[in-house]
Amino acid sequence: MLLKYAFIFILSGFALVLPLVSIVAGAILGPRKPDPVKNDIYESGLNTIGDTWIQFRAQFYLIGLVFLVFDLEVVFLYPIAMAYGRPEFGMAAVLVTLLFMALLIVGLVYDWRKGGLEWQ
Amino acid sequence: MPELPVEIPIPTPHQAVFIMVAVATGVASLLVVTNRNLFYSALCLVGALFGVAGVYVLLEAEFLAITQVLVYVGAIATLITFAIMLTRGIMFGVTSPNNRYMFAVMSMALLVFLLVAGVVDRVPWAVAEDLTLSGDGKSMIVDLGWEFVTTYALPLELIGLLLLIALVGAVMLARDDE
Amino acid sequence: MAEWYQVLMTALVGAGVPEWIATAVALLAGVTAIGLVAPLIALILVWLLRKVISRIQDRIGPNRVGRFGLLQTIADIVKLLSKEGINPSRADFMAYNLAPILSVFGVLLLFAVVPVTRGLIGVDINVGVLYIVALGSIGIMAALMAGWGSNNKYALLSGFRVVAQLLSYEIPLVLSMLAVVLYAGTMRFGELAEQQGNFLGLGWYVFLMPGAALIFFVCALAESEQTPFDLLEAESELIAGFHIEYSGMRFAMFFLAQFLGGFVFAWVGAAMFLGGWQGPGVDLPGIGGFLAAGYMMIKTFAIYLLMIWVRGTFPRLRVDQMMSFCWKILVPLTVGLISWQMVVQVLELPTPVIAVLVLVGNLLVMGIGLYAVGRAIRQEGFRTKRAFTPDSLIGTMQPVAE
Repeated sequence: MLLKYAFIFILSGFALVLPLVSIVAGAILGPRKPDPVKNDIYESGLNTIGDTWIQFRAQFYLIGLVFLVFDLEVVFLYPIAMAYGRPEFGMAAVLVTLLFMALLIVGLVYDWRKGGLEWQ
Repeated sequence: MPELPVEIPIPTPHQAVFIMVAVATGVASLLVVTNRNLFYSALCLVGALFGVAGVYVLLEAEFLAITQVLVYVGAIATLITFAIMLTRGIMFGVTSPNNRYMFAVMSMALLVFLLVAGVVDRVPWAVAEDLTLSGDGKSMIVDLGWEFVTTYALPLELIGLLLLIALVGAVMLARDDE
Repeated sequence: MAEWYQVLMTALVGAGVPEWIATAVALLAGVTAIGLVAPLIALILVWLLRKVISRIQDRIGPNRVGRFGLLQTIADIVKLLSKEGINPSRADFMAYNLAPILSVFGVLLLFAVVPVTRGLIGVDINVGVLYIVALGSIGIMAALMAGWGSNNKYALLSGFRVVAQLLSYEIPLVLSMLAVVLYAGTMRFGELAEQQGNFLGLGWYVFLMPGAALIFFVCALAESEQTPFDLLEAESELIAGFHIEYSGMRFAMFFLAQFLGGFVFAWVGAAMFLGGWQGPGVDLPGIGGFLAAGYMMIKTFAIYLLMIWVRGTFPRLRVDQMMSFCWKILVPLTVGLISWQMVVQVLELPTPVIAVLVLVGNLLVMGIGLYAVGRAIRQEGFRTKRAFTPDSLIGTMQPVAE
C-alpha cells in the first residue's frame, strides 16, 4: 500500500516541477521591459481609486463556515456508507445515521429561515 | 578498525521517509509561529498539515490521511486564508510574534505538551506484531464505519449536535443586525 | 489482475535488476507517463473547445495552422512562451507566484487515481473518491491566493466568489458521489468500474442513478468553473477574474489547470456513472484491453463534449441564483436521496427490487429538482418583466413609432 502513496509522493514532486519549469522558461524566453504604467494595477485603463480592500460581506465567511460543517459530516458518512456491505448492518444503524444527518438538516433549515442563504 | 562507542542504526527506507516527513512538518510548524507575515504563516500551516497527512499515510491510515487533507487543508486552511484576506492591511503589514502574551502562551503550550506527552506515555497502546496489515485497507474503513454506528453511536450523535451548534453559532455571528 | 507497476517490476526483476531499482524505475515510468499525457490532453482539449464552440456559434474556428487548425495550440504555446511575464508592482510576490504553480499541482495530482483500463490505474487507492475531492480543494486555495496576491479589486472580488462557489458546490458533489459509494460499497475506481460490468458491460450506474449522475454533472461544471458557473471570471463583471493580473506562462498555467480540471471531472464521471472501461467485448483476449481503454477515453471525451455544449448554449447564472441553487435545491435533494437509499438498501429485499427502488428515488429527485428549477425560472421571468415595464423603457430603448 505504501508503494501506491510513494507513487503519489513522486508525482507531487513532478507536479510542482512542471509548472515551475514552464514559468521559468517563459521568464527566460520572454522579453523583460518593465515600466511603471505596465506594472500598475489593471483596471480597464482607469487609474485605481482607493484601496483594494473594499467593504466585504460577512456572508462570504458564513458560507465558508456552513461548508466546513457539512464537510465534516460527509467525512463521517463515507465510512458508514462503506460499512453497508456488512451483513449485520441493520435498521438500528441506519436510524443512528439518519438522526446524525437530521441534526445537520435542522441546522440548514435554521440557516435558511434566518436568511443566511439569501444573497442580497 | 576501531569500534564506535554507539552503534549508529541505518534507517530502513520506511524510517528514512518518516524522518524526512517529520522534520519537514516540524520545521513548517515552527515557521508558522515565528513568521512575521500572517499570510506566510498560513502557507506554512498548510505545509505542516500536509506533513501530518504524510505521517498518517506512513502509519497506513489512509482514510485518516485523506480526511486530514479534506478537512484541514481543504476547509480549515482555506477559511484561515480567507479570514486573513478579509482583514485589512495584513498584506504588507508585518506583525511581531513576540507580543506581551508570549510567555503566557508559551507556558500554556508547554502545559498542553506535557499533558499530551503524559497521556501518550501512559496509555497501553495496542502494538501490532507486524507493520504490514493483514487484509487490505478497505476492511479498515468498513470497520471504522461500523464502529461509528454501533460502539460509538452516542459520540457520533454528540458530534452531530456539536456541528449543529457550530452552524447556529455561525449564523448568529455572521447575521447582519437590522 | 495485476496492476501495471507489479507487471513492470516483475519483468524487471526477472531480467536481473535489483528490486529497489525495479521499484524506482516502475514508479518513475508511471509518473513520466502522466507528465507526458496530461499536457498532451490539454493541447487536444484547447483545440476541441475552440473548434466546437466555433461551430455552435456558426464560425469555423482555428483553421490556419496545420490541418483543421490542429497545430494552433502549439503555436499559441510558442507565443505564450515568448510573452513578457509582467510582475505587477503592487502584488504580493509569494502569493502571486505560488498560485499558478499550486493550481497545476492540484490538478496533476488528480491524474494519479483515474482509471484507464483494468489494472492500468495510476494507483487504485482505497479512498479514491475522497482523494479526488480532497486534492481538488488545492485549486480553491490557489484561486484564493491569486485573487488576494494580485492586489486588484476585481481579482479580490473573484477570490471571494471562489469561496462562495467552489466551496458550496463541493458539498452536493461529495454527496452525489456518496450515493454511488453507498450502492457500490467501495471508493476504489477500479472496483467501481468492475461492478458496472453486468449486461454485456452496460450495467452503468447512470441507468440506476440518473439523479445522482445529473447532480454530479452540474457540480462538476461548477467545480471546474465552466458556464453557467463561470462567475469567477465573468468578463462583463470582473474583467477576467482572479487571473486578471497574470500574463505569459503564469496565465497559461491557470488555463492548463482549468482545462485539465474539467477533463478530470469528466473522467471521474465516466468512471463512476458510465461504467468506466466497461463495454461490450472488453473480456476478449488480445484486443479486449485496447477496446476497454478506448471505451474509457470515448466516454470521457463524450462528457467533456457535453460540458462544451453546455458552455456554448447556456447563459451565466447570477451570484444569488448560483448560491440558492446549491444550498436550497442540490443539498436538500442529495441528502434526501442518500437517506432514501440508506433505508432501501438495508431492507431485506432481493437485489432487483432494491435497484428499482433506488431508480424510483433517483427519478423522484430529478423530478423535484427540475420542477424547482422550472418554478424558479418562471418567477425570475415574472420579476424581470415587472422591473422593466414598457413605461420605463419609453424614451430609452423603445424605437420611436412612425
